[in-house]
Amino acid sequence: MHIVVCVKQVPDTKIIKINPKTNTLDRKSAPAILNPYDAHAVQEAVKVKQLTGGTISVLSMGPPQATEVIKKSIEIGADRGYLISDRAFAGADTLATSYALSKALERIGKDIPVDMVICGKHAIDGDTGQVGPGIARRMDIPPVTSVIEVSEVNVKEKTILIKRKLTSGYELIQAELPCLLTVEKEINEIEYAPMPNMIRAARYQPIIWTVNELENVDRAQLGLKGSPTVVGKMFTPPRPEGGKKLEGSADEQVKQLMDLLMDKKDLLTVQSTN
Amino acid sequence: MPEKFDVIVVGAGPAGTACALVCAQQGLNVMLIERGEYPGSKNVMGGVLYRKQLEDLIPDFWKEAPLERPIIEQRFWMMDKESVVSFGYKGLEWGVEPYNNFTVLRAQFDQWFAKKAVEAGALLVNETVVKECIVENGKVVGVRTDRPDGDLYADVVVLADGVNSLLGKQLGFHKEHRPDEVALTAMEVINLPKEKINDRFNLEDNQGCTIEIFGDSTQGNLGTAFLYTNKDSLNIGVGTTLSSMIKAKLKPYDLLDYLKNHPMVSPLLAGGESAEYLAHLIPEGGFRSVPKVVGDGVVVVGDAASLVNAIHREGSNMAMASGKMAAEAIVKAKTRNDFSASGLNSYREALYNSFIMKDLEKYKDAAHTFEKYPQYFKEYVPMMNKAASKFFTVDGTPKREKQKQIMKSVTAERGTIRVLQDMYRAWKAVK
Ligand SMILES: Cc1cc2nc3c(=O)[nH]c(=O)nc-3n(C[C@H](O)[C@H](O)[C@H](O)COP(=O)(O)OP(=O)(O)OC[C@H]3O[C@@H](n4cnc5c(N)ncnc54)[C@H](O)[C@@H]3O)c2cc1C
Repeated sequence: MHIVVCVKQVPDTKIIKINPKTNTLDRKSAPAILNPYDAHAVQEAVKVKQLTGGTISVLSMGPPQATEVIKKSIEIGADRGYLISDRAFAGADTLATSYALSKALERIGKDIPVDMVICGKHAIDGDTGQVGPGIARRMDIPPVTSVIEVSEVNVKEKTILIKRKLTSGYELIQAELPCLLTVEKEINEIEYAPMPNMIRAARYQPIIWTVNELENVDRAQLGLKGSPTVVGKMFTPPRPEGGKKLEGSADEQVKQLMDLLMDKKDLLTVQSTN
Repeated sequence: MPEKFDVIVVGAGPAGTACALVCAQQGLNVMLIERGEYPGSKNVMGGVLYRKQLEDLIPDFWKEAPLERPIIEQRFWMMDKESVVSFGYKGLEWGVEPYNNFTVLRAQFDQWFAKKAVEAGALLVNETVVKECIVENGKVVGVRTDRPDGDLYADVVVLADGVNSLLGKQLGFHKEHRPDEVALTAMEVINLPKEKINDRFNLEDNQGCTIEIFGDSTQGNLGTAFLYTNKDSLNIGVGTTLSSMIKAKLKPYDLLDYLKNHPMVSPLLAGGESAEYLAHLIPEGGFRSVPKVVGDGVVVVGDAASLVNAIHREGSNMAMASGKMAAEAIVKAKTRNDFSASGLNSYREALYNSFIMKDLEKYKDAAHTFEKYPQYFKEYVPMMNKAASKFFTVDGTPKREKQKQIMKSVTAERGTIRVLQDMYRAWKAVK
């Protein structure tokens, strides 16, 4: 079983500031972290490997500093890490990114064939969720999005049983391997990594490839050149207004709250989505 | 089989990182363990980094380290309720290489410094707490961390875990600090545009200024406040000994609020945006508080060994210097393969022969004197302000007459003999 997890280095959007003039993220204002969804993707690969054995590789595209997120992935339990880093990749949108990553996956697959690709649901700096499915399409394997549980992996039959999150409830599906999963956060809890992983990560030097080390690459599909996305407009959503702070003793506050709720009964009725 | 290292360093502050760096440079197999998300993530300092001790480790460091501003002016304020008596020194020679000292933000500086140790070959593991030293037959042989499979072994464990070193306590090297041996300090980073800072403090872009504030900044309690300029922020903080806080029923954040709203201070901060609030202890017990620093398989460096000169606000430099001395002793011990207390004792010798212990010895009575006799901060600072006001007010009184009046009012308030006693006592404490 060879699982490849695609990971991205992102600014921590919990603390990031937005440039009020350009409405773009001020990336210097926040530390770079492993995209939280991708951490869950790596953790899920570790869980699957515990059942099936095999190898976990992580793959990232980004500047040289992105080796940090590969090291972080090694801490969680990945075995090896690849970074594709080259000016030719810079400025890529989701189309160009998925192209570059699929080319790297092709190269990785030459050493050990890839049985499963796992991505996070989306990156917290772009929130598009398109790169995962884009890779699947290019590799011509089934994409399974919004995964909340990998219920069963059958190595012999090359099948996998998966729970997908729906707006109400979930769906249980079987897919053939190789396939690509994008995972939700609730799929697992990130475990506190054991010391040997930490030491391995501290020592680990990821494999770094430039565009020249990938094969059969159409350079027109890379980076800014290969990115047809046009940003029409950007704005900072207004802060939600209203809200009211209840004051007084606990008893008074409870009473005020009950009155408010009883006033707006319709909020409390269960809505059916069907 | 858990890994065995030559050296495990606990804590990636200035002391631990300096030690790890030198050990790694000498080819030792070093593990540096830090509990924060990254080195410096939780570390606190007013912000003055001295050149010499870091230059000894990394020549020309100012060309690449994340520094805020070289300090070209140091001011000292004796502050009363609505006045200050100030003196200071400003010199452009401090604004050019090799500089004198710098303001820094520790979250950035510590990270960069630790990277240097990693580049030299040390292994850095973050987000990991060392719970205790592993002791076998009275000898420290490793550490137990909070991670699964978390035991690690080494010939020498370096305790660089800062003030309140839990590991030093575990080994019985020192007891819980008494409240008069530590200062509790609160500080804030306040963002302010560069141009405003330059205007208000009379600086150019690459020039910094420090102000140490005594007297009303601590409401007369034993302690000081500081205001330092970064590139586009200010660090302001205030602290007193824990015992003074308890006695005066003060809260560190109340003191900080008081300082920020003081009429001598608030115009300098006006329009700033509070970016960070931090609080931290400083081990200020001095010479007499320095614990055992060497044991079998273990050495103690930096704040963990109470190596802080409170009067000159030197700490990070002593941390680095002690880390380096410890590393040199470990390298020596390695050649003889003797990691016992006597094998490592050259660290203790170096420390006691260095500026660190000499300076701490010089001031060994200072804190005690100023704590026991609160008049220095409570009475003399207001007196100085009154005297200056009187002397510089032009009202037709002859200057000699003014001097007489000033002397009279001072001795009237405290009595001639007591003033002389106070002077002698203060001189003795810092001579
Ligand atoms: C408000 C304030 C202002 C100051 N101003 C100045 C100044 O202007 N100039 C100056 O030179 N000095 C100043 N100092 C003093 C200076 O900050 C310290 O002397 C210096 O940081 C000591 O370095 P250290 O490496 O010994 O300890 P620290 O910097 O405290 O580092 C200890 C490290 O150990 C880690 N650690 C602790 N326990 C564990 C554990 N069990 N497991 C893993 N990791 C652990 C901590 O996370 C931390 O990173 C100031 C201090 C304060 C609080």
